[in-house]
Amino acid sequence: MFLLKLLLKNAFRHKLRTGLTVLGLVVAICAFGLLRTIVDAWYAGVEGSSSTRLVVRSNISLTFPLPLNYAQRLRAVEGVRQVSWSNWFGGVYITERNFFPQFAVDPATYLPLYPEYRIPDAERNAFLRDRQGVLVGRKLADKFGWKVGDPIPLRGTIYPGTWTFTLRGIWDGADAKTDESQLLMHWAFINESIRQRFRGRGDQVGVYIVGIDEPNNAAAVGQRIDKQFANSLAETMTETEAAFQLSFVSMSEAILVAVQAVSLIIVVIIMAVMANTMTMTARERLAEYATLKALGFPPGFVVRLLLGESLLIAAIGGVAGLLLTWPLAAAFRSAAGTLFPIFQVSTLTMALQLVAALVVGLVAAAWPAWRMGRIDIVNGLRHVG
Amino acid sequence: MTAGRAPGRPKPARIPSGDRQTYPSGEGQTPLIRISHLSKGYVRGGQAIPVLLDIELDVMQGEFVALMGPSGSGKSTLLNLIAGIDKPSSGSIEIAGVDIARLGEGALADWRAANVGFIFQFYNLLPVLSAFDNVELPLLLTGLSARERHQRVAQVLNLVGLNDRADHYPNELSGGQQQRVAIARALVTDPALIVADEPTGDLDRTTGEEVLGLLDALVQQLGKTIVMVTHDPKAAARAGRIVHLEKGVLVDEARA
Amino acid sequence: MAYIARNLWVRRVTTLLTAGGMALVVYVFATVLMMSEGIRSTLVATGQPDNVMVLRQGAGAEINSAIERGQAAVLSTLPGIATDALGRPLLSAEPVVLINLPKRSNGKPSNVTVRGTSDIGLQLRPGVRIVEGRMFRPGTSEIVVGRSTADGFAGVDVGASLRFAGRDWLIVGRYDSGRSGFDSEIWGDAEQMAQAFRRAVFSIVVFRLADSSLFDSVKDRIDADPRLKLEAKPEIRFYAEQSEALATFINILGLSLAVIFSIGAVVGAMITMFAAVAQRTGEIGTLRALGFRRGAVLAAFLVESLLLSAIGGVLGLAAASAMQAVDVSTTNFQTFAELAFRFVLTPTIAGQALAFALAMGVVGGFIPAWRAARLQIVDCLRAA
Repeated sequence: MFLLKLLLKNAFRHKLRTGLTVLGLVVAICAFGLLRTIVDAWYAGVEGSSSTRLVVRSNISLTFPLPLNYAQRLRAVEGVRQVSWSNWFGGVYITERNFFPQFAVDPATYLPLYPEYRIPDAERNAFLRDRQGVLVGRKLADKFGWKVGDPIPLRGTIYPGTWTFTLRGIWDGADAKTDESQLLMHWAFINESIRQRFRGRGDQVGVYIVGIDEPNNAAAVGQRIDKQFANSLAETMTETEAAFQLSFVSMSEAILVAVQAVSLIIVVIIMAVMANTMTMTARERLAEYATLKALGFPPGFVVRLLLGESLLIAAIGGVAGLLLTWPLAAAFRSAAGTLFPIFQVSTLTMALQLVAALVVGLVAAAWPAWRMGRIDIVNGLRHVG
Repeated sequence: MTAGRAPGRPKPARIPSGDRQTYPSGEGQTPLIRISHLSKGYVRGGQAIPVLLDIELDVMQGEFVALMGPSGSGKSTLLNLIAGIDKPSSGSIEIAGVDIARLGEGALADWRAANVGFIFQFYNLLPVLSAFDNVELPLLLTGLSARERHQRVAQVLNLVGLNDRADHYPNELSGGQQQRVAIARALVTDPALIVADEPTGDLDRTTGEEVLGLLDALVQQLGKTIVMVTHDPKAAARAGRIVHLEKGVLVDEARA
Repeated sequence: MAYIARNLWVRRVTTLLTAGGMALVVYVFATVLMMSEGIRSTLVATGQPDNVMVLRQGAGAEINSAIERGQAAVLSTLPGIATDALGRPLLSAEPVVLINLPKRSNGKPSNVTVRGTSDIGLQLRPGVRIVEGRMFRPGTSEIVVGRSTADGFAGVDVGASLRFAGRDWLIVGRYDSGRSGFDSEIWGDAEQMAQAFRRAVFSIVVFRLADSSLFDSVKDRIDADPRLKLEAKPEIRFYAEQSEALATFINILGLSLAVIFSIGAVVGAMITMFAAVAQRTGEIGTLRALGFRRGAVLAAFLVESLLLSAIGGVLGLAAASAMQAVDVSTTNFQTFAELAFRFVLTPTIAGQALAFALAMGVVGGFIPAWRAARLQIVDCLRAA
């Protein structure tokens, strides 16, 4: 098509300028995609939640424990299929930089609640048998190069002292959304040690994980549980796993809002750069546009030329930026390691990247195109060169 | 010979079937261009600056008219008005019966596409297009198929003697060759009227002569009407009629 | 110089767009630095020079720490602790817990630090003043709330009641601690808190040294005592460490972003400068023909680029400094509690932001200026 040929030739008339603009677009679209992916990763915990798991915690705050004897009463609540518990261990592996989540759980009841952790039977049994054994996710094992049988020392912050565990098994997630960067240990092991060393402490649970039959019953069962323990010494607050995970995200809400705002700012920056390019382009070609109008081309034609060129450049930059996002995301994922257990570029992000590129192309050329469409032919022809 | 069309979608122009056809011109016919009480002025900084004052001018089909005058005389403005790329302050410009002074901008664009061919002092070719593509440009405004367009372009390029340079870019052509491409472009829609603004202004003596010879041929052999602005008396001498302007007023006329 | 400025003015739109892009980058850069400075200064302001914090060994945060009553008693007998007007040791054993309250901005619950303290605790923090109502009476369920807590959370006004740990606590006052971390806390009577939360142990002990030079000897005694598996730190250092993780995270995230953005802005500057050179080829040729040297041409264009980026830098900095009016609060990873802070603009940050802007100007303008300087005079004049 003649028009397309004209657009392409015009776009690459000034190779350096077009090249730089495309570079800017690539950087901006790529950064936009990465930032969105970071925000998505923050919500990953929510994505990986199960609709049949509820989390029961002290309603004062997460930092207050619940008594062990709640377990029995929880099992008796209507709609509850399985009850387990988990304590945040919060230990340090060599240095604080190697942060990863560690939970002290009751394996016999906990593992059935997490069927998405796929573990070979031999390893599962080894873990169940060894009270000092631990189970880790594949990503975590890969990060530190752990193999089954390795000793893993942890320095306790909440549970003081240095604890040594043996790696008994590694789980693989059922799908991309499953967290593979956790470590699970025996709650009984920790509890026994605490009871011996600190009289009066012990038999305390961080949160209860409750499995229910029907996802639709979640709210009802939750209310029943909380009613059970209302007006007791340790009142509870029960919510779905998704809501629980979401509460963590909302704690860092200020940061997330900032990151999202910033991802928009970068698009605006590149819009300014591209508007600059198109304005310059238009100004240089004033005489040509005047000529076209003199020849009888309607003003709309000139507008379309400019818009078309802008969109073409934006499309090239947008697609290139999109393609670049994948390898960069992969690099980021390996660098961030356990900080972001799930780091995937979503299809929505990719679609938005393309949309952003197109919007940039349109807006950048909007004003110059409008102006060029309205130039006075006589004056335009006077601007030769 | 195609006459000017009424405003609307430009219809495909008819190519003259042969190279050598003479057309009758002169008395007894209605003029192709009839200008009545034409005035044009600008307002600059609150002051009204008159450029053309009450011009009356008739141009017949097949005439080769030169507009001459010192700088500031308004000759270029008059040319622009005739070409339909500027609007008068008052008066009428009838071309082939259509008062273009009354047309709206969109209609004027359509009118230009069908009825006027342009030749500029600095050629005004699009640098990113080859000679062939530059000539094809005005045909995009018609309803012709690609094949028909290409045929026409080849024909006019032949007319100006640049077939072998069809795929060269403007920066690969000499000034004279570029102007000939521009002339081909002006011809390709077969307009009745050709408007030329200092066509030899940027060319040397010999090349200028060639271009003027070509323009002459367009009048003699194809029956085109040409209105040309020039400050070069030798160029004007080629025209059949010289019109002098001074301070926005027609002062003299001479026939060659 | 006037020549350069006029050139920029003549192509206003281009200048504005390029400078605008740079301004945005500088804005992001400065804001990030201001944010981490804000966090740092908030937490540093929380510490007093002669105060010492004692936590359990290995506990990184107050809520992870536990100090038994016996251990607290031992600490209070240490020599070197200052005394107040009544001769009591200026030592406060405080339980520190987190409760959940809904934030005013989005209604979602966040963790708020609740500290059990006493009038001695108040003396240990001279920066704290009651600005509304009064201090809580010992032995009652009265509490006072910090300025940021009152602003940031719903239902936390003087006269209102908060319910937690099975009791209703009446808010009798609001305090201001001069933009320190305490502004984000709620204070009540230490013993009442301990009872309500059924904590037999305290979280921390804080005391003032009679003389700052005594720190080492006091620390040695604590380390040497086998009954005390505790760690003593100057209060200032403790709070500085509390902000490290969050400040570092914001710094890394923000600066990587600023660098990425700067690529976009530099690209814009390069495009502008290349066009400027192309447009003024004739002038360059004329100037060179008149006798100006290549170096002068290089310098002229470089200065133009710097001026452009300086404009962008000033605009961005102005926008960033407007952020100082904004209060931010987020959960501090280390303490797991809500921390309110501000954007703080220091001369250093302003300097760094401007330097960053100028650096962008140099990088963006150098190649075009270099190319301009290397043009042959003849080519310039011919192209004009």
